[in-house]
Amino acid sequence: MHDSTLPSIPRDYVPMLLVPALMLAMLPLVGSMPTWVTLTVAGLAMGMMIFIMSSGLTLVFGLMDVLNFGHGAFVSVGAFAATIVLVPMQGWMEADSLGMNLGALGLAIAMAMAVTAVLGWVFERVIIMPVYGQHLKQILITMGGMIVVEQLIHVVWGADHKPMPLPTALRGAILLGDAAIEKYRLLAVAVGVLVFIVLTLVLNRTKLGLLIRAGVENGEMVEALGYRIRRLFVAVFAAGSALAGLGGVMWGLYKETLTASMGGEVMVMVFITIIIGGLGSVGGSFIGALLMALTANYAGFLAPKLALVSHIVLMIAILLWRPAGLSRK
Amino acid sequence: MTDALLKLSGVHTHIGEYHILQGVDLAVPRGGLAVLLGRNGAGKTTTLRTIMGLWHASAGKVEFNGRDISKLRTPDIAQAGIAYVPESMAVFSDLTVRENLYLAARSGPMDTARLEWIFSFFPALKKFWNYPAGDLSGGQKQMVAIARAIIEPRELLLIDEPTKGLAPAIIQSLADAIRQLKGQTTVLLVEQNFNFVRQLGDTVAVMDDGRIVHHGSMAELAADRALQERLLGLALDSHQ
Repeated sequence: MHDSTLPSIPRDYVPMLLVPALMLAMLPLVGSMPTWVTLTVAGLAMGMMIFIMSSGLTLVFGLMDVLNFGHGAFVSVGAFAATIVLVPMQGWMEADSLGMNLGALGLAIAMAMAVTAVLGWVFERVIIMPVYGQHLKQILITMGGMIVVEQLIHVVWGADHKPMPLPTALRGAILLGDAAIEKYRLLAVAVGVLVFIVLTLVLNRTKLGLLIRAGVENGEMVEALGYRIRRLFVAVFAAGSALAGLGGVMWGLYKETLTASMGGEVMVMVFITIIIGGLGSVGGSFIGALLMALTANYAGFLAPKLALVSHIVLMIAILLWRPAGLSRK
Repeated sequence: MTDALLKLSGVHTHIGEYHILQGVDLAVPRGGLAVLLGRNGAGKTTTLRTIMGLWHASAGKVEFNGRDISKLRTPDIAQAGIAYVPESMAVFSDLTVRENLYLAARSGPMDTARLEWIFSFFPALKKFWNYPAGDLSGGQKQMVAIARAIIEPRELLLIDEPTKGLAPAIIQSLADAIRQLKGQTTVLLVEQNFNFVRQLGDTVAVMDDGRIVHHGSMAELAADRALQERLLGLALDSHQ
């Protein structure tokens, strides 16, 4: 449709280069290749899990202008809901077969996403709908909602910590040269990449995705084009909750222990990720989550005291460079 | 005025504590180009937003094709056959020109012949087809906004101040494009720039303080200098 005399279509490559640039820059500082590989894979795995939990929230923020401080509740519920499948399928989880392990895990993830999608739908109807456009009330009522959900988890699953062991085939590490890489971290990276690819394809290649992106920018105009954005809101909220549920399962397996407050505990990282990435941007969240987790890992190795503030320092640096986040110049 | 496609009767609109429209009576004849003129703050944009259901009328009736649409939601009003080009243009800047138009084509794939017709008066859209709409100039964004409204046939097209902030050369090409739309669809065009609309309009209504203070034919107003000065003195001063 356009000829060769036109200037090239502007693309913003700089944020995409930040992650590989950070990884390469840290190699000489870390000094040892096996240590660098281990730190990098661990950082990527942690980043992917944070991305999975953040991706739904950033869409909810961007599309619905809702400050959902209760997002962590879906992370916790997702992890606990997975046990509905994992407990009776303990035999599959402990079998010495990758297929049976992944089968049980797949069913657990499906259960977690279904439960959290329904919970998200109810949460939107009962808690969010009365406070659209009222940010202070949104913060208060969603935090209250999270407390209620956490207490309900205690009622349903008990107040004690619940073990969530890794399936047999995903325990231990593989050796890559002298570098030890935990198998589960490779799975976390694979799931994160898969979620990113699916979301990117949906957002860029389907009309639904275009509507979501357009709605993030100007919901009123989407309605003026004849689309019911309320239905889109509810669907996105439910999908975002389901992604948090998936993140909860991954995070629970990573920690191997479940608590009702586990979702609330990761919310600081989730919020920093979506602020760094730019509200409403899935791609921005992806890069932001990876940057944050890698920075924390490298800082933890090179200057452990600095690791305590690495998230905040990274956020300040990025917002000074791009005040609206990585996705917006 | 016997065959009005759109009819507003005694429409009042409040925005918060402000009473903006104070009993607007307006008829848009089917197949014509009606112009709504008035100074800043007269209530022109509020009138269009009330028609689209973006702000709901607190009293009065908005009828489209004889059906009361004043209580309908915006998507239902759009689906009834009304397209809207807002003053802000509201192009989706993260989406390409193609994606902006693709979204507006609700009923399915874009009609190639209609697209070529649009390209015939907005050639820049073809040139920048795969470019993010946010990277276009103001005039090009206005072209996207209008093209989005006409990518599928709609019975009524509402256009809010399309010349605002645009260079004279762009304004002339917009006038040519809007002239092409005449006969294809009914248009209600809101403007402050009388020189722009005097060549386009069939009928004209003038607003002041949330009320229609004059309505009649454009030819009549264009020929009556005294009437223009009485009704539009400020607007004429700022655009001549």
